[in-house]
Amino acid sequence: MAGDARALARLISLVEDEDPSARAALAILYPRTGRAHLVGITGAPGTGKSTLVNEMAKVYRRRELTVGIVAVDPTSPFSGGAILGDRVRMRELAGDPGIFIRSMATRGSLGGLARATSDAVKVLDAAGYDRVLIETVGAGQAEVDIAKTAHTTIVVEAPGFGDDIQAIKAGILEIADVFAVNKADREGADSTVTALEMMLDLNGTQVGRWRPPIIKTVAIRGDGVPDLVDRVEAHYDHLRDSGLLARKEEERVRDELVALLQHELTQALLASLRPGELDEWVRRVARREADPYAAAQSLVHRRSR
Amino acid sequence: MPEEKIRILIAKPGLDGHDRGAKVIARALRDAGMEVIYTGLRQTPEMIVEAALQEDVDAIGLSILSGAHMTLFPRVIQLLKEKGLDDVLVFGGGIIPDQDVPELKRLGVRGIFGPGTSTDTIVEFVREEIRRHRAGEPRQ
Ligand code: B12
Ligand SMILES: Nc1nc2c(ncn2[C@@H]2O[C@H](COP(=O)(O)OP(=O)(O)OP(=O)(O)O)[C@@H](O)[C@H]2O)c(=O)[nH]1
Ligand SMILES: [Mg+2]
Repeated sequence: MAGDARALARLISLVEDEDPSARAALAILYPRTGRAHLVGITGAPGTGKSTLVNEMAKVYRRRELTVGIVAVDPTSPFSGGAILGDRVRMRELAGDPGIFIRSMATRGSLGGLARATSDAVKVLDAAGYDRVLIETVGAGQAEVDIAKTAHTTIVVEAPGFGDDIQAIKAGILEIADVFAVNKADREGADSTVTALEMMLDLNGTQVGRWRPPIIKTVAIRGDGVPDLVDRVEAHYDHLRDSGLLARKEEERVRDELVALLQHELTQALLASLRPGELDEWVRRVARREADPYAAAQSLVHRRSR
Repeated sequence: MPEEKIRILIAKPGLDGHDRGAKVIARALRDAGMEVIYTGLRQTPEMIVEAALQEDVDAIGLSILSGAHMTLFPRVIQLLKEKGLDDVLVFGGGIIPDQDVPELKRLGVRGIFGPGTSTDTIVEFVREEIRRHRAGEPRQ
């Protein structure tokens, strides 16, 4: 499939639409995955994630590495539609066959990625892209799925986005392997760096443990981006040399398998019910004649009755 | 199984800086439940076709108010053919004089919508064209 951008694009659509044929294709591709370095880019809306992705891709290309990009934007909960606008910042990457960019809508998923994102990433990985950059939706404090999907997570901050209290409580900061303090051309970048340093100091230091570096960048000019890329590469080396890479991969596979099992078992159980059986329970629970816990237990154990 | 989403690229080719119309259309298609890839200003036909390929879109909508439609539309259509993407629906709008419309349609532009067109008309057109295409009905 390598080189055939059309087939790649088509397969990602099938994966997104949960077409039955996508599973078979993913199964065939699976042995060829696991080679790319997967890099997540997350942070609040407008901090400059797409602009950074554009600059990072340019740095990788100068180092003769190929780059796949998946950029996620939110689906409107009202219409189910979406405007996917991350490509606007990536126009400089056009015309380079070593780059493949795909925009993706969340389609109701809440963790900052789409349900199909990790499968789309597998497709790009199997197609031979050396690095896959995954831009999440503009994320706040709870959208932390990216940490499970990517090897290295960059959290992008910009001056003026919150104060030190936020730096202490925000869940998204805990998933950072590398911090980019972007828009460093603006006032306040140094105090953002200081706040992050203080937060990291509170975590304490341990020998051999990775302390997320904090890199100031000006994405619109590309300043600091080669340094950022160096740190991202260093993080991957750290993961590999410390054995964490293998552990992380097993954790990811475990989550994936459990999720697949949940899906499969639920489908199988629902398919085994008598017509109307689920509705009967729904009505009883709604009228408070039964509780949902007993209803679920009863449906799960119905065959042994 | 969730349905096959409609994906559409809305692009502004050439040096034309009028982007209000393109944004209005992008918004209307989103509100109709479609996924709209918006690529921003100053796109070359090559960039547009590359994006259409990577994003695997059903349709490309071009917004042209600069007067360059008689070169830009044909170029996009030619490139689509070269890449084997001739089944992608091409339509557009902006400032396009009536006398140019027949020639554009002959080249394969399926619909042209000028100032004042209601967005409902455009949404209906896109839905119907894509429904027919997916049902395997030929385009007249
Ligand atoms: C607002 C405006 C501007 C604004 C643009 C702001 C912006 N960010 O968009 C500014 C002031 C910057 C501007 C500048 C210029 N403008 Co001006 N501008 C207009 C004006 C008055 C309205 C355009 C508009 O926004 N309409 C509102 C939107 C919603 O309507 P719309 O774009 O037509 O879109 C509708 C349809 O066309 C259609 N549609 C549009 N795109 C698409 C795409 C798809 C896929 C579909 C299905 C439908 C569709 O659906 C929309 C809804 O009905 C028009 C005159 C006019 N009445 O059209 C001139 C006009 C477009 N401008 C014109 C000119 C000449 C210029 C300048 C060159 C002027 C100059 N000498 O400096 C510059 C060029 C700037 C540039 N870099 O390109 C001319 C173009 C002449 C031509 N093509 O032959 C016009 C027609 C004025 C005129 N009568 O001379 N302009
Ligand atoms: N001053 C300044 N502006 C920047 C910098 N980086 C990005 N921007 C601008 O910030 C705005 C948002 O940039 P994007 O790259 O679209 O931000 P994003 O985080 O991808 O946004 P979402 O995807 O919508 O969450 C754009 O107008 C950029 O030009 C920077 O380093 N300095
Ligand atoms: Mg973005």
